[in-house]
Amino acid sequence: MYFSKFSLFSFVTIQNIEMFMLDDLDRRILRHLQADPAQSIPDLADRLTLTASRLTRRIEKLRDAGVLRGQRAVIDWQALGYAVEVSLRITLDKTQPRAFDEFINAARGIAEVLEIQTFLGQVDVRLSVIARDMAHYLDVYRDRILTLPHVADIEALMHVARIKTDESLPL
Amino acid sequence: MIELDETDRALLRALAEDATQGAGALGRRFGLSQPATWRRIRRLQDSGAIAGRRLDLDAAKLGFGVTVFLGVKLATKGRISLEDFERAVSAIPEVQTVEHVLGMYDYRLRVTARDIPDFERVLRRRIMTLPGVGNVDANVLLSEERRPGPL
Repeated sequence: MYFSKFSLFSFVTIQNIEMFMLDDLDRRILRHLQADPAQSIPDLADRLTLTASRLTRRIEKLRDAGVLRGQRAVIDWQALGYAVEVSLRITLDKTQPRAFDEFINAARGIAEVLEIQTFLGQVDVRLSVIARDMAHYLDVYRDRILTLPHVADIEALMHVARIKTDESLPL
Repeated sequence: MIELDETDRALLRALAEDATQGAGALGRRFGLSQPATWRRIRRLQDSGAIAGRRLDLDAAKLGFGVTVFLGVKLATKGRISLEDFERAVSAIPEVQTVEHVLGMYDYRLRVTARDIPDFERVLRRRIMTLPGVGNVDANVLLSEERRPGPL
């Protein structure tokens, strides 16, 4: 097991973020909304045995505090004909002081890149890349990815299946 | 597979930003009538192009300050069933996503925790005790950006 990497944790400074204190009702509201974001206010109020106006006030409070940022439609890229998804784990040449910024700026210019994540650990950056098929993926990989600046090493993980996708917080 | 025109793409982009916008507001923005917009959104949903909605919460403000991606290699492939592992790992509340991958690892997990000690607890008590777990590699998320994709 690569527990040696956990020694890096001492360098993680958790930012001073003002935390929002949830009460039991807030927590129940968020749990229900996480499970089914599309449900209507009257339906949700019924389920929680609240009045719709009390529920609306609570949701507005969560929104004003910046806890609840909104709702996003989840796009199924497979349904749009993008059959291939690859996770590229990239190590950057950190002798270049602007390696992260320049790499990320260039990666933003690739339409097939869905996610850009930076890490503390063995991997520096991860790109989630989609393509219509393997031939298309190879084109993107050769023409766009391999030409990104300051790449020292790339490792690819090919997605086979999504087992759990809800991204819920354990509130 | 659904064919999209420019208007469909614009609608998908707008809904990926904010799924609560109604057909009336979106129609005005893109020069369509409300029923025409509604029909297009309906078609995007029925075809599966829109898989659903996701609540966008500020995890840090809710006290979840740490996200870690784990690469998990199974130790005894064949002897334990993948279904057993998948069922057990999906039941852990702190595990937000589970992806089956090919490459250096068998599974990629996104784990949320309150802080590093909390993460260590999840790792030791829940993840390392899963059936068949072998090598585990951890990367702590520092920043994350979601892109609109090829629309």
